[in-house]
Amino acid sequence: MRRLYGASGLHLLALIASFALAAAALAHFLDTGAPINIVAWFVGAIVAHDLILFPLYTGLDRIAGRLEPKTRVPVVNHIRIPALLSGLLLIVYFPLILRLSAPAYERTTGLDPQVYLGRWLAITAGLFLGSAVAYAVRIRLTRG
Amino acid sequence: MSFPSPLRSIRLTAVFGAVLLVGIPIVAITGLLSHVAYDPDLGRNNVVGDPGIFDFFLFDWPTHPSWLYAATQGIHVTLGIALFPVLLAKLWSVIPKLFEWPPARSPAHALDRLSLALLVGGVLFEFATGILNVQLYYPWHFGFVKAHYFGAWVFIAAFLFHLVVKVPAMTRALRTREQVIPAGEGSLTRRGLFALVGAGSATLLVVTAGQAVGGPLRRLAVLAPHGEDPGPGPNGFQVNKTAASVGIRPDQTDHRWRLRLAGPHGERALARADLAALGQHTYDLPIACVEGWSTTQRWTGVRLRDLAALAGAAAGGELHIQSLQKAGQFAQTTLAYNQFDDERSLLALRVNGADLSFDHGYPARIIVPALPGVHNTKWVGALEFRA
Repeated sequence: MRRLYGASGLHLLALIASFALAAAALAHFLDTGAPINIVAWFVGAIVAHDLILFPLYTGLDRIAGRLEPKTRVPVVNHIRIPALLSGLLLIVYFPLILRLSAPAYERTTGLDPQVYLGRWLAITAGLFLGSAVAYAVRIRLTRG
Repeated sequence: MSFPSPLRSIRLTAVFGAVLLVGIPIVAITGLLSHVAYDPDLGRNNVVGDPGIFDFFLFDWPTHPSWLYAATQGIHVTLGIALFPVLLAKLWSVIPKLFEWPPARSPAHALDRLSLALLVGGVLFEFATGILNVQLYYPWHFGFVKAHYFGAWVFIAAFLFHLVVKVPAMTRALRTREQVIPAGEGSLTRRGLFALVGAGSATLLVVTAGQAVGGPLRRLAVLAPHGEDPGPGPNGFQVNKTAASVGIRPDQTDHRWRLRLAGPHGERALARADLAALGQHTYDLPIACVEGWSTTQRWTGVRLRDLAALAGAAAGGELHIQSLQKAGQFAQTTLAYNQFDDERSLLALRVNGADLSFDHGYPARIIVPALPGVHNTKWVGALEFRA
């Protein structure tokens, strides 16, 4: 078994049970009005993460590391941390921030969809400002 | 392509895995509870179509405590959003495996990887569609509710297998101590990475949680889709759907409005003044939206059980509610006996001492404890008590 299959019999049994349940769910999942579109979203979610988002943020991180000036107190984390937090907020709330659903949002909730961009920018500014202050304090401390 | 990092280790993956092992089941179970709370086996409440084998866990949704749905759905949405950075970190920690060579070492390994495609595709699909849905952004052609529901079952199937295979490895890895990596100047340590992921979750919590938790936290929920202050006054609280968005015209709700009340005693039409002349009761109850926000207000109106008695409804029946609104899945709903027989269940005419506003359902709306928001029908046109 192990030589032919590559794992234990228990592995195979658990896998068959899992695939059976997944297949039953997939039958309903694909029956949601637009089967090609939903498969595109399912596969696209993997592609968007593994082949776009992941290389993008790791690549940006590498570039930031390369471009970092040689300073007595390393500065890279003071850019990396606020940039990652700000980017995280953007990835989660980009439809509101970029007003992608603004007409529907305003009609449905009666609320103003214009506020989110300014709020995200203000949070981003605050994060970088806080990081800059922390950096200034560290420079002061290493000098003393 | 895999961007090697000295921070990656089996133990690092195990720590993120352990957080998700606790968090993901809570998000999944609260999601399934939301399905239960919609009472899909009543009337036309079912919004996912033929449930197949996936209705084995249904039970009668209770009305106690009144904040039950606000809690379960607030947790579903808020915890889901807060776990997103942990999910990204977990995927980051294992991503070199995506590019390993040869792609399949054995049949078992090939099937493992197929299962992982369902696991990763499933979890990313669920997070993406859920997060976009709460922002009312629908860049797809499928129905959200059904796709999110059965997508969850695809994920759950793969997740259960993943647990069988990986939990032993995770526990082993958590027990081992690993070499401390000397941090390069200015780079992150493992501890620093944990702190960064934690800070990401905390940041998302701060800007989101207030729309569900309320109180002073509501002011901090600056990026939450329902975190904005909707204005002052007794009707100054969140609206799920405005009257205009579902096509309610003011002339439908003026003095000519009548509530059609039907039951074993026949049919009658009640004007708003007739309803106001019946016994009025006041309760503090939340409206809790499937999108994860909630707000507790003081509602005044007629008990549904008094209207049931007026209509001659027998114990154990159902209540079918029809709204004046023409559009939308929730123009009508059906309540179970335990829901309309609760003494706090109201056909509300007033809120916080004032008449309901047009957007909050004037002339009359349903308020039932622990009921999903969209079942608390606004602009009620007819109540029909059925056996």
